[in-house]
Amino acid sequence: MKVKVLNRNEEEFTRERAQDLKKVHRNYEPALHQFQRAHEYTRALNAAKLQKVFAKPFIAALTHSDGITCLARNPRILNSLLAGSADGDIRIWDIPVQRTLRRLKGHTGAVKGISFAPDGETCVSCSTDCSVRLWKVPFAPLEPGPVEAEEAPVFEFQGRNAFRAIDHHWREHLFATAGAAVEVWSHERSEPVNTFTWGADSVLSVKFNPAESDVFASTGGDRSIALYDLRSARPIRKLVMQTRTNAVAWNPMEAFNFTAASEDCNLYTYDMRKLQAAACVHKDFVSAVMDVDYSPTGREFVAGGYDRSVRIFNFNAGHSREVYHTKRMQRVFCVRFSGDGSYVFSGSDDMNVRVWKADASEQLGVTLPREKHKAAYNKALINRYKHMPEVKRIVRHRHVPVAIHKASKMRRIVQDSDKRKLQRRIQHSAPGAITVKPERKKKIVAELE
Amino acid sequence: MADEPAEQELLTLQASSRKKKKPKQDAYLGGVSDRKLKGQLRHTERLYKEANKAAATINQWLAPSEAGFVEAEGIEETWQIQQQQIVAAVEQGAARKAFDLSLPDLGPYRCTYSRAGRHMLLGGEKGHLAVMEWQSGHLTCEVQVKETTRDVTFLHSEQFFAAAQKKYVYIYDKRGLEVHCLRGHAAPEVLEFLPHHFLLSSIGEQGVLHYQDTSTGQVVATHRTRLGPCDVMRQNPHNAVLCCGHANGTVTMWTPNITTPVVKMLCHRGAVKALAVDPTGHQLVTAGVDRQVKVWDIRTFKPLHAYFANSPATSLDISQRGILAVGQGRRLQLWRDCLSSKAAAPYLTHMLPLGGISSLRFCPYEDVLGVGTAGGVSSVLVPGAGEPNFDSFVANPYASIKERREQEVAQLLDKLQPDTIMLDPDTVGKVLKEPVDVAAQRRQEEAAANAARLASQRDKADERAKMKGRNKPTRRQKKKQMNIIEDKKPLLQAKIQEEERARKEVAQEAKRQKLESVPRALHRLYQ
Repeated sequence: MKVKVLNRNEEEFTRERAQDLKKVHRNYEPALHQFQRAHEYTRALNAAKLQKVFAKPFIAALTHSDGITCLARNPRILNSLLAGSADGDIRIWDIPVQRTLRRLKGHTGAVKGISFAPDGETCVSCSTDCSVRLWKVPFAPLEPGPVEAEEAPVFEFQGRNAFRAIDHHWREHLFATAGAAVEVWSHERSEPVNTFTWGADSVLSVKFNPAESDVFASTGGDRSIALYDLRSARPIRKLVMQTRTNAVAWNPMEAFNFTAASEDCNLYTYDMRKLQAAACVHKDFVSAVMDVDYSPTGREFVAGGYDRSVRIFNFNAGHSREVYHTKRMQRVFCVRFSGDGSYVFSGSDDMNVRVWKADASEQLGVTLPREKHKAAYNKALINRYKHMPEVKRIVRHRHVPVAIHKASKMRRIVQDSDKRKLQRRIQHSAPGAITVKPERKKKIVAELE
Repeated sequence: MADEPAEQELLTLQASSRKKKKPKQDAYLGGVSDRKLKGQLRHTERLYKEANKAAATINQWLAPSEAGFVEAEGIEETWQIQQQQIVAAVEQGAARKAFDLSLPDLGPYRCTYSRAGRHMLLGGEKGHLAVMEWQSGHLTCEVQVKETTRDVTFLHSEQFFAAAQKKYVYIYDKRGLEVHCLRGHAAPEVLEFLPHHFLLSSIGEQGVLHYQDTSTGQVVATHRTRLGPCDVMRQNPHNAVLCCGHANGTVTMWTPNITTPVVKMLCHRGAVKALAVDPTGHQLVTAGVDRQVKVWDIRTFKPLHAYFANSPATSLDISQRGILAVGQGRRLQLWRDCLSSKAAAPYLTHMLPLGGISSLRFCPYEDVLGVGTAGGVSSVLVPGAGEPNFDSFVANPYASIKERREQEVAQLLDKLQPDTIMLDPDTVGKVLKEPVDVAAQRRQEEAAANAARLASQRDKADERAKMKGRNKPTRRQKKKQMNIIEDKKPLLQAKIQEEERARKEVAQEAKRQKLESVPRALHRLYQ
């Protein structure tokens, strides 16, 4: 007779001293782990609720003396931000400490655009007083003592008309300005190196592609988005839409994709190579979208609108994943993502630059690996069960100001009734008589070469 | 001649049909039309496959222990092997796990184990309750409640246990002190604790199934079975559904969400004496007074096998590894591989020395069966009954105090809501596609019902507003009072006038008398 009865040696399953590691045994038999789905769902529900409890995105407001018109982040130093205001005042902010390090005085008109050079030590700013100034941006974050010192520009470029926007090349010492036409300047020369015009008498904004450095885009007053290549003498392509585009942002991870912030409350993502249809239409604003900026990960972007809200979208999502608003924040004119993708800066009409968290319920500061794992697990759980009605209701819920809520309701009603009318017209007319343009092509008027 | 080509055709057809058809690769993405979602689902499916492979590899290579067994040699059969032979043949540590506790005075005993298998709880029918760490022989608590105790069960840990006493259910802590008296449970006979939902359920003489949440104390549901007194109830560990056996031979299954039984099966000709459910929730074993022990497939509700005996079985239990224990009087039979296929002979047999069997419970993660008998409690060795490898995060027999506390907190955080109990536990999280018109109709009905409710509320509010101030009880009372006074008013007024007149006359008399005693020249001073 052969017999074996289970007999465990206690030493194998317990520890001798308090310094030893605790022994953990796993058995993945499904019979021992019952109700896995139900447990996961319960955890997902709890995670969704906790996410709402910890959602406190607002961090700080940095005050200026006039409305903020432009923002620029230093590509080399994470905690440095430049903000320009409508009275010609540019300030260098140290974000974590929330203090101004330097004030760059010189402009006599509103500062319309600022941009850093790729080395992070020089910046250029343009203003309505027809001048572009080049500044040296020193940075000494650990210096105590007098908070602000006024600087004078290193170089001043004089132009013929007021400038609307400026953007610096990501590799070389070139920058492009937008005013009456698109002009490309060099640090060494006082006259523009290159001038591009194509129909528009006013160019609103200009943006260089961070991945494909010689390509840049501009938006014009004739409702167009023009694409240029520095290596060629003329603009390469032009896309005319139904409404004016206020700003353009390039995806830093996908060299050919850019997102345009339009006056018709939407944002359109285009593939530079296929401009016949938008790759994605992002809807949620109820008023004109003023500025857009991509996260360094290329997976999401932030946009600020004339309706006093800041929204964060996933790069391929049709609706925003997050909306930030405050009673005190007025029209948002510029937004930027921070260099590590964790924070969002918004500059608005109420003279404040606001710092927000990109992920509202994220725990700031140093987190233990266990905490990181738990946060990632909670996110994955919510993502897995986000279609369940209870979880969906909690995750979707956002408080939104009354004006925006009512306006979006009204837009919904208008949209629904238009759709219904169109469907009925199609139903009651000859087949093929009415052609419906897909949403991604609706707002495109023409593509010119 | 003509038959041959036809035959050949037939053969080729058969051959081609026997050729295995490769299943479509993305068949699970059937109804999904959203391309982004399809991509995400493919990615998660790949992750699941990898996780499954990793788990299987870990289970295969990193498991510290192997299951027990007993093999007969030569012409000997396993059921001929006696318990004493097994005890003598195993090593000392295992031999100590077999013992007999002789407790002849305090009635038939019920014996149960905690979830990790470290603690044993015994309850004698004459009120003797005891918790002990059975492997070390250390007695945690012992108490005499002086009442008939029909069943005992541990709650979520060995810190608390519940006893079904004569009238109510009582909860005791590990020191034997009575912590709660649950009056909602009336005349309970059997108790079951659902560990994932923290629900304590009981059924008894009144045939009322009562669910109570032991973490919040809330009564979740009370169902009247209307099938008379019931003393056979077991839970299905796979879906937390309670199976009750009744005197008319039916087995009913209950969830706290529906007031009628979810399933009703006619199992025996005569009363059902005992029930047991397989830990995976695939099979149900029932024993009836008709001396049959039947095995049913619970997922399809079809009978699988029936075993016949010379006397009815009074207790049943199934171990973690699928060994069925059958108790008939003093005789205990253990059957192996008897659920999915019919076994010809038992695996082991044993005669209990202390008395007739009243309860059978296998110890989790150990090769031990706890038998409650009329004269005490016995612990019987059953090689191959228990799961050799435990999972520290599910149930850890070697948990320290800190680990036990953390496990309690984790259990509470993960507590499932009672409305997730259903026959198929995987329905949670499933997306059921409703046809568009059905969804529209449902929404219409909901809207109509809501509108009706709002309208009735508005009507009630209007009514209340109209009658505001008019129905005041005080006003009514006043009215009543006024009427009473109105009737008596003339009488009272007359009375008052009379009194006034009398008073005036008396005053006049007094004055006249005074005037007479005074000389006439000073009269004007006294008027």
